[in-house]
Amino acid sequence: MADAMKIRAQLQGDVADVKVLMFHPMETGLRKDPISGDVIPLHFIQRVVATHNGKTVMDAQWSQAVSKNPFVNFRIRGAKPGDKITVSWEDNKGEKASIETTLN
Amino acid sequence: MIPLRRTKPFRSLLVTTLAAGCFTGQASASPEQDRAAFIALYHEKFPAVPLEDYVNGALMLSRDAKSQFDSIMEFPPFQGDIDRGRILWETPFRNGKTFAGCFAHGGRNAAGNYPYYDPGSDKVVTFEMDINRCLRENGETEYRFNDKATMGIVTAYARTLSDGMRVDIQVEGTGALAKYELGKKLYFTRIGQYNFACASCHMVNAGKILRTEILSPTVGQTTHWPVFRGGDNLNTLHMRYRRCMEQMRASPFAAGSEELNNLEYFQSYLSNSLPMRASVYRK
Amino acid sequence: MRTQPPPKKSPLKKSSRREFLRTLALGGACAATFAAGWLRPVRLLAAEWNKAAFDAKVLAEALKSIGATSATDSDQIQLKAPEIAENGAIVPVEITSRIPGTQTIYIIAEKNPQPLVAIFDIAAGLEPFISTRIKMGESAKIRVLVKAGGKFYVASQEVKVTIGGCGG
Repeated sequence: MADAMKIRAQLQGDVADVKVLMFHPMETGLRKDPISGDVIPLHFIQRVVATHNGKTVMDAQWSQAVSKNPFVNFRIRGAKPGDKITVSWEDNKGEKASIETTLN
Repeated sequence: MIPLRRTKPFRSLLVTTLAAGCFTGQASASPEQDRAAFIALYHEKFPAVPLEDYVNGALMLSRDAKSQFDSIMEFPPFQGDIDRGRILWETPFRNGKTFAGCFAHGGRNAAGNYPYYDPGSDKVVTFEMDINRCLRENGETEYRFNDKATMGIVTAYARTLSDGMRVDIQVEGTGALAKYELGKKLYFTRIGQYNFACASCHMVNAGKILRTEILSPTVGQTTHWPVFRGGDNLNTLHMRYRRCMEQMRASPFAAGSEELNNLEYFQSYLSNSLPMRASVYRK
Repeated sequence: MRTQPPPKKSPLKKSSRREFLRTLALGGACAATFAAGWLRPVRLLAAEWNKAAFDAKVLAEALKSIGATSATDSDQIQLKAPEIAENGAIVPVEITSRIPGTQTIYIIAEKNPQPLVAIFDIAAGLEPFISTRIKMGESAKIRVLVKAGGKFYVASQEVKVTIGGCGG
């Protein structure tokens, strides 16, 4: 699902600086549709998991108060060229996406 | 709409603006004299700010705000719109040609030469107009100037191809000068119920705080469009002009109108030599 | 503590598991060695989201739900957030913890309708650093809690949120 997220990883020494953008509305459930006036239901990413060569390095739980099109930046130690980094998310409706990058 | 209140800064605005009108409002000044006068005026107000920082608008006056901008620009939430704009830019027309074929160097380092004066039509031509000319010449349907989903995103991408390019607007010959003067006249014309001109807020009062907003200087204002308000709401320069006019309770000129094109021409000239940086975050 | 109702369908559907495995198979000989580790994070997605803590409408309740009824002020937590948020919908927050053994970082916006914004579990191999962007309904303290060695540490910063304005 290339459209659901973007990832940039940069190796500095043995630390991988990883930046991820996820395309998601992160609806708070408090907003109204400007045309219909109906409340837009809660819809937000609840879980974000990052792995380094298959090993979980970050496991996050989020509320609807993370900004729309969420951004997260984290740094992995002991990284080297060729290492694989994946980031996956799952939202409150069970939708999910995942992206992988290889360090170079 | 943000109601303007008659607070203290409001009163001081009225007084200082009158003086500003006399400052470079004379028709006899050349474009280069105007540019020098604007820069000198701002330099006196913000001696510590290098000219290049003017592309950041009001952010140049707040380290706190600039730091948020930098953080958001690291990976902007509107990246998806830029990517979609790129697809639009690169997708061939029905005849197999693309936008890149309509612009010198495939559109690289092009946007900083816009707008320009076209003697043939005796009109100022904006980047958006040449996007539409490209569509027209290739038998495609033109975009509406205020359509975010087409003109908005395609320029949001295409202008990034000129990031770092120095603005280089030419005003040469009487025809070009006449359009420049029309743009300049609009800049100094008071409009709307609030009776404000562009100059009222963005000239001698640049840097002052109006309600919660720091007023940005005119120099640098045309270098970074479209902007994404709040991180996702695309606004072109002409949409911004219209919003300014609406906020003054004036009936705004249409996006893509000659009036706004001329205003953009005048204003872009004042940003000559500044580095372009398209598609940026604004609050 | 209330628990979240079980999801209607398994968060890891068979098809996606197959997809993962196919990706691994393409990776060649070492795919099998990776497989176990590869699937672990996906299974973790099924782990429980702390509904009680995220639903809590007052700070004390949220703190109780994450087990942080007491926390020690720490200057070893570096919190970078704006003094005045340019826009409450997108407030950059950057946290660096120098507390040894940092296990979890919590971000709280005290006056949000639900104060708890995010929980980041930091496994070995991750620097105790997180940068993200959050929404703030009004001016409030951002409070960052760090859990290390079973104890909680805290740092906070006041962030002013003004009404969005012009911006050009």
